[in-house]
Amino acid sequence: MLKKTMQKTYHWLDERFKITPLVEFMSHKQVPVHKHSLWYYMGGVALFLFVIQVVSGILLLLYYQPGIDSAFESVQFITTKVSFGWLFRSVHSWSANLMVFFVFVHMFSTFFTRTYKKPRELTWVTGSVLLLLSLFFGFSGYLLPWNELAFFATKVGTDIAGAIPFIGEPIKLLLRGGEGVTGATLSRFYAFHVALIPAAFTILLFLHLLFVQRQGMHEPEFFQKLPENKKRMMPFFPNFVLRDALLWLLVLNVILYLAVFFPWEIGVKADAFAPAPQGIKPEWFFMFMFQALKLLPAHIFLMEGEVFGILFFAIAGTVWFTVPFWSVFIKENLRLKLMKLFGIIVIAFILILTIWGYLD
Amino acid sequence: MAINRRSFLNAILGSGFVGWLGSIFYPVFSFLVPPKMPEANVQSVNAGLINDIPLNSSQILKFGRTPVLLVRAQSGEFKALAATCTHLDCTVQYREDRQDIWCACHNGIYSLAGRNLAGPPPKPLSQYVVNIVDKEVVVSKPKQIG
Repeated sequence: MLKKTMQKTYHWLDERFKITPLVEFMSHKQVPVHKHSLWYYMGGVALFLFVIQVVSGILLLLYYQPGIDSAFESVQFITTKVSFGWLFRSVHSWSANLMVFFVFVHMFSTFFTRTYKKPRELTWVTGSVLLLLSLFFGFSGYLLPWNELAFFATKVGTDIAGAIPFIGEPIKLLLRGGEGVTGATLSRFYAFHVALIPAAFTILLFLHLLFVQRQGMHEPEFFQKLPENKKRMMPFFPNFVLRDALLWLLVLNVILYLAVFFPWEIGVKADAFAPAPQGIKPEWFFMFMFQALKLLPAHIFLMEGEVFGILFFAIAGTVWFTVPFWSVFIKENLRLKLMKLFGIIVIAFILILTIWGYLD
Repeated sequence: MAINRRSFLNAILGSGFVGWLGSIFYPVFSFLVPPKMPEANVQSVNAGLINDIPLNSSQILKFGRTPVLLVRAQSGEFKALAATCTHLDCTVQYREDRQDIWCACHNGIYSLAGRNLAGPPPKPLSQYVVNIVDKEVVVSKPKQIG
């Protein structure tokens, strides 16, 4: 009975939208099986976490009230009064952090397997923009509970943007909605977090996935060199998709475990006239930049230390995100080693400064 | 250079399109720039009776929307400084144990005179004037010269 209804629905849809070619495309799509196949799942995990973000975010929106007199109170209300409010808030925070983590893992895995090379340059670029949007998601969402830590992190973060030569001040004004971090900033960050970034993110994500589907899974060099009969492949549907689903289920369990046993703190309500509290720190994914700015002296080469730091990160970021375009100019026999070294230096830099930041 | 009808029309239509884009984006960008909010021009703030302020203590005073740090040193002397760190905008605090001014965000340290001593702050904290009028501590903005 169920099978018949499903078949009927399929035929009804197929007659109108010609979905058979799409299903055939899916069933013919193959995923290479080799020692680095694990990394193929990282983007999928990040995607799944984004879906959790959207669902839990929409639920939180039903109770959250932006405004300096209501934001902190409404988050308190969600966590203490609303049924399962504590759970959805913690799930939202934990999955946000895990999403950024998996976006980073996905990025580094594509870097070290050199997936960014021709013809996938634009997949790398759209992925880079998605990473930046994820960071902006985190930065804007951090302020919404209007607590002390978030208040000062936003002050520092927007002031860093303000130190960019020439365009810094207008950017700072646009971000803050005024001179200081006030209720106007909270309104703006709310708009960024729930409307502007999700819209941009969805468009970019659609393009990113479209490129991946159109070009198929990347085969690493050693795999390409194998004779055709030695290349092990797995059908994308249902084999790969089912493995994906299993991993997503595991991730969901981890999030629920974290949310239940390590609920996210609300902190102390922000007070614009209180001194910055001891132990102030940004979210972990900004820690390496925070620590670097902390270590820089007041002046470097006639420049203020922070301006130097910002310029350094801007240039380093641009170099990193344009890897597919400049790496082709390195001699082929050197490229492999140099790019690996470059990646290791970047990871070591981020890890060392992050750990240092937490120990300091 | 000869201009044919097609390129002429393309140029006209192209500039029309650019104008149309401008008419859409100009109001949008203007909307994004927040209007200037008038701020109360506070010239001085009364911090309370001198006897009510203990030695080696501090408080933050509100100059409109600007925080100002008033410190009473161990010697009894008063110092008032802008409480906004010159590095990245955090609000500084007086450390009673070390008798210095500290920014918790990036570990910036200033002397009681506001001089940037250590850490990343590039400039000193600007000074405010403290007067004792009838046993009341009054903090005022420094007089602008010129």
